[in-house]
Amino acid sequence: MKALLDWLDDRTGIRDLAHEALFERIPGGSRWRYVWGSTLVFAFSVQVITGIFLWMCYSPSTQTAWESVYFIQNQMLGGWLLRGLHHFMAQAMVVLMALHLMQVVIDGAYRAPREVNFWLGLVLMQIVLGLSLTGYLLPWDQKGYWATRVATNLLSVVPLVGAPLQQLVVGGSDYGHHTLTRFFALHAGVLPGLLVVFLVLHVKLFRRHGICSKEPPKAADSLFWPDQVLKDAVACLAVLIVVLVMVVHPINLYYSHSGPISVSQLGAELGAPADPSNQYSAARPEWYFLFLFQFLKLFEGQGEQGELLGAVVIPMSVMGLLFLMPLIGRWQLGHRFNIGLLLILLAGVGLLTGAAVNEDYRARWTDSAEFVAIAAEVEKVGTDPDKIAAHFGNDQLQIAQYRQRLAALDKFEKSKDYLAAVESAEHEAERVVTLASSDAQIPVSGAVTLLRNDPKTQGPKIFARICGNCHTHRPPTDAALSEAAQAKISAPNLYGFASRAWIAGLLDPKQIVNENYFGKTSHKEGAMVGFVQETVPGLAPEEIQNTVAALSAEAELKSQSELDVRDEAAIVAGRKLIADGDRCASCHKFREAGELGSAPDLTGYGSREWLLGMISNPKHERYYRDDNDRMPAFAEHAGDSPQNRLSAHALGLVVDWLRGEWYEPPANEPVAEPVAM
Amino acid sequence: MAKPLPSSNPSQPAAKLPATTVAQRRGFMTEAGAIVLGAIVGLVPVLSGLAVFFDPLRRRNRASKFLRVASLDALPDDGVPRQFPVIAERVDAWNRSDEPIGAVYLRRSPGQEKPECLTATCPHAGCFVDYDEDSKTFKCPCHNSSFEPDGKVIEPSPSPRAMDTLQCEIKDEEILVKFQTFYSGKTEKVVKE
Repeated sequence: MKALLDWLDDRTGIRDLAHEALFERIPGGSRWRYVWGSTLVFAFSVQVITGIFLWMCYSPSTQTAWESVYFIQNQMLGGWLLRGLHHFMAQAMVVLMALHLMQVVIDGAYRAPREVNFWLGLVLMQIVLGLSLTGYLLPWDQKGYWATRVATNLLSVVPLVGAPLQQLVVGGSDYGHHTLTRFFALHAGVLPGLLVVFLVLHVKLFRRHGICSKEPPKAADSLFWPDQVLKDAVACLAVLIVVLVMVVHPINLYYSHSGPISVSQLGAELGAPADPSNQYSAARPEWYFLFLFQFLKLFEGQGEQGELLGAVVIPMSVMGLLFLMPLIGRWQLGHRFNIGLLLILLAGVGLLTGAAVNEDYRARWTDSAEFVAIAAEVEKVGTDPDKIAAHFGNDQLQIAQYRQRLAALDKFEKSKDYLAAVESAEHEAERVVTLASSDAQIPVSGAVTLLRNDPKTQGPKIFARICGNCHTHRPPTDAALSEAAQAKISAPNLYGFASRAWIAGLLDPKQIVNENYFGKTSHKEGAMVGFVQETVPGLAPEEIQNTVAALSAEAELKSQSELDVRDEAAIVAGRKLIADGDRCASCHKFREAGELGSAPDLTGYGSREWLLGMISNPKHERYYRDDNDRMPAFAEHAGDSPQNRLSAHALGLVVDWLRGEWYEPPANEPVAEPVAM
Repeated sequence: MAKPLPSSNPSQPAAKLPATTVAQRRGFMTEAGAIVLGAIVGLVPVLSGLAVFFDPLRRRNRASKFLRVASLDALPDDGVPRQFPVIAERVDAWNRSDEPIGAVYLRRSPGQEKPECLTATCPHAGCFVDYDEDSKTFKCPCHNSSFEPDGKVIEPSPSPRAMDTLQCEIKDEEILVKFQTFYSGKTEKVVKE
């Protein structure tokens, strides 16, 4: 062994190297306060190791970036741990960097002869921030996509070169494949390469000047190995433990949520795939950039110049000031000035971050009860300055107080909107993972099409945009609607359309005239209401139940499939009642009985095909003909004509959503609430 | 430090050779040659890489055409802005596909036939602006810009200009919109080309 080492040392001088690396003298002995630099090197090493393994599974393109990250996170063995480590260690690195900087400035370790090394450290800081900025986009989820849009859009305010600069960074005029390939090359190649170069220089210079110790030493000198190395190792272990706790902390959900949690909840978050046409109102940068985000809000009303100041000039000047610290420190009071400056900057960052968090989350920690009265007052007084002045009889004090209440309400509402946006983003993220984990997996066109073709995701959006102007879709047990919302609706509530509960309500003499059914339509005075109010009370309960079961079975709803099989006898009996020429079939057509021409066809009532036809053209003789009350024809023209209000694709999605036809993993199949039979 | 602070730099200056004219001249030629050749072998890969790196500057948005966004009767003339997706041919490097490329808000005032069209992208920093029916304002979820239903800035606002209008026309009962994107953060509306 010794012979081998001797041989190697003779050829390489390895002993001297090892000696130089390990036996550095530490004046005044090893100390805990010297560990920060080592923890940073450790954090970077973890990023290199985890990053290279992530690289082996990552594919940068708009159809594969999210998909490959999803696969790492949800399908690969321990992928959540690897991603979680990389994600949280990046954040730890930023925190450690801030601590390291603080310590260097407070100790005055930037003073001669260490100026250059201080500057190298600041360059390293820029590189680390660049790494986190580029890394945020790589999963190509909504969060990273929209945050990066903001960050790169700000580039265009740079004078003269702004526009081409932005185009170079984005890799074209729009975000796409080349944005990802560029960001990835920066994140995994250029920036880490630069970081290694500057880190080597930084450590080399540090060794050249030695540790900046306090004079006179309190203890005897000691060596780097093993005294300081042990302390460094303990500190690194502490960092690692904190990071691991962050990675696995969602395990708490298991206890609070009372259900098993999936790996998609552990480690780093993955939002829904990026979609430029899908509104994302929860866009925020990574938490350590929040202060810049908040800072930009301070430049309200100052236009382009304000934006240039807030996004470029002031942040760059502050950086410039940091670079000047070693020179400022040469003056008598310079060092104190530097410490003061740094503390003010950190306090500013802290305040801005706090303000940003408070703006977003205030609804969570303020009592919503106090805003009920204000909201009612605002509804009455309004926001028009003239009306406000008139209401308060031009009393300036009262007007000012009212404006304060108005502003508080506005902030509360904004926070509520933000929290709702976060929640809906989480739902979409969960949903797309459910879809991607189905047997069908992800199509080659990418996961974004999974959501675009998912009735559960798109149905409510299309409904709100198209149907929601007249119809509602809400469980009848929900709290009553506000007056304004009540006034808006003019058509039936389609929640559970054609289900047994829905039809039972339709055949109930009291319910048929309320706003959930015909209450707000001209059918309120129609023959159907007359029939239900005159004839139904005289029927035996069993007859009504059988009719309900039989008519609802026409829809072949997924949620009722078991009930339909179970109650086959009742359904057969019910069909006979519907086909009875003195009852339903006196106006309606039902299978072979009755005729079209006076009321909607009950054959296949509520089925996919029936609903598609009804929404396409309610004036068709199979539906309401001339009795149709205001319901527009959404796809009158044959085929998927561009003249139709709704494309065939959108129509299919909204129908499937109304009927509860969407993919659910086997364990989650919705089961109909048993209806009293 | 294992070694005392280095008073002597380990890399000693090269020993001086006896200076003769010939040696000096040869030395100059050697240096010049080394520099030129070094520059050439270094520059070729760098320049070939830079050419590709700057390629995105040549890429232009293809001339934007009028795109069908909705049928006219899908937009009631009640003055309320409604959001519609814009589906168009999108070229992303090597892919060409028909897909949603963005969204617009269309609005028709009572009695008006031709709608007004606003892009849903915030002119401040490019977030997706939301229309809030309760307060009858557009609200940007990022830096709190807000706008009137016709797109005017509600001061104070971080946004340097009003929401961007798009050209819009009606053909065969259909609403066509010339979909364009603009640089954000500028006082003037500048089309991205």
